[in-house]
Amino acid sequence: MKKIYLDHVATNPLHPEVLDAMLPYFKEHYGNPLSIYEPGMKAREAIENARESAAALINAKPKEIIFTASGAESNNFALKGIAYAGQGKGKHIIVSRIEHHSILNTARFLEKAGFAVTYLPVDKNGAVNPVDVDKAITKETILISIIHASPEIGTIEPVAEIGQIARENGIIFHTDAVSSVGNIPVDVQSLNADLLSFAAHQFYGPKGAAALYVKEGIRIVPLIYGGIQEGGRRAGTENVPAIVGMGKAAELAKRDMQKRIDHISPLRDKLIGNALKTDKVLLTGHPEKRLPNHASFVVEYIEGEAMLLLLAAKGIYSASGSACSSKALKASPVLISIGVPAHLAQGSVVFTLGEETTEDDINYFNETFPQIISRLREISPYAKGWEGMEGSACTAQK
Amino acid sequence: MYSAKVMDHFTNPRNVGEMPDADGIGTEGNPVCGDVMKIYIKVNDDKITDAKFQTFGCGAAIAVSSMVTEMAKGMTLDEALKITKASLAEALDGLPPQKMHCSNLGADALHKAIEDYRNKQK
Repeated sequence: MKKIYLDHVATNPLHPEVLDAMLPYFKEHYGNPLSIYEPGMKAREAIENARESAAALINAKPKEIIFTASGAESNNFALKGIAYAGQGKGKHIIVSRIEHHSILNTARFLEKAGFAVTYLPVDKNGAVNPVDVDKAITKETILISIIHASPEIGTIEPVAEIGQIARENGIIFHTDAVSSVGNIPVDVQSLNADLLSFAAHQFYGPKGAAALYVKEGIRIVPLIYGGIQEGGRRAGTENVPAIVGMGKAAELAKRDMQKRIDHISPLRDKLIGNALKTDKVLLTGHPEKRLPNHASFVVEYIEGEAMLLLLAAKGIYSASGSACSSKALKASPVLISIGVPAHLAQGSVVFTLGEETTEDDINYFNETFPQIISRLREISPYAKGWEGMEGSACTAQK
Repeated sequence: MYSAKVMDHFTNPRNVGEMPDADGIGTEGNPVCGDVMKIYIKVNDDKITDAKFQTFGCGAAIAVSSMVTEMAKGMTLDEALKITKASLAEALDGLPPQKMHCSNLGADALHKAIEDYRNKQK
């Protein structure tokens, strides 16, 4: 059976060139980068080369890159690190309602620790209005953190404008760019970003390697204390092979970015165009300002996890924001934030393409997806509409 | 994540569809919070002679619906009332813990269909 991976927002396969670059650092160059003899120096040199490549991908200086172990760590680090460094100036933070859990849950933690957090709404396309950011700013505001692009609905936020507003007000601006870096050009200068999170596995690098860009001159309190690794800002013996992999992946992403976009974007458009031909299938997120590899929908009258499983049985791997497909059994807060009613959010499904996706893959998908929709609709009591959907109260099921 | 039996009943569900001449209909659940099951039964001489379902929900919900209709067919109404969440899960070789409550509404929907039938007989 064909295997078609359309869940690149979850993670990407490792690029073969990245694996090749990593392997020597599992084997011959096993030294601790802090050691002063040759194997240590080799490892140190490899990390610094990777830092240069990672910095170049986002137009930063190498010394502005702190390697971490995940996008979630970078996000935790940014929020906590800036909150604790800046609490003498004020204790107010602004985020959006469609941030990743690693931002939202850190913000909630900081609220318990005595910080005030404003959660900005988004419009029906999932976009934050920069005017709302401006209005939310108080004398106490020390940090604004807005996601660059939503992994769930693909919308690209007006981050440059928001960064500009932050800068004019002397407030530090962070953006979670985990879903965008490597997929679209990201430049910390033009985005007016003071901090930016990104992760290697989103652009064909390994899992376990990520980074936080911290603009020169910005003070951040470490998340992990210990030795002098990463300039004392992130202690712990470095994951050398993973960092090397991140560097190689960044180099490839910079080199191949336009080629990847030119390949993926028309295939994505074809997928969306075809999906929308089926009745009661709605695109979620911004119709134009979205990640080039991203297609997300709600399919009425059926449920997302059932779609995922039937697609998987046909060799197609995808994602959903439905309550049933989440371990927490809660509909995606992002879909609720863009005004999708809870019963429609159940029909959420997300397809994200990659550089290895082919025209044949999309043709096969386009053939299969409508069949699966009609099959599940044949089973659904709502095949003819949502009439009589009240049923019993939710509490009966908890 | 799901047992082979759940996957079988999910991918090849038995007894799907509406039953226009049903003797009893029971609906359980709500699409706002998760799954909805609608069970139709045909009753003759206190026995369930046919059962069908329509379900909005995840793989587990569809498998449970298929299984409960299979189990109920041929049972007396009192026997069918003894079908529980636990016996359904067991018949499916188990359900993931997070699906035990939200997706395992088959017994409740069936019991409602039986109640509906009995109310109509009064």
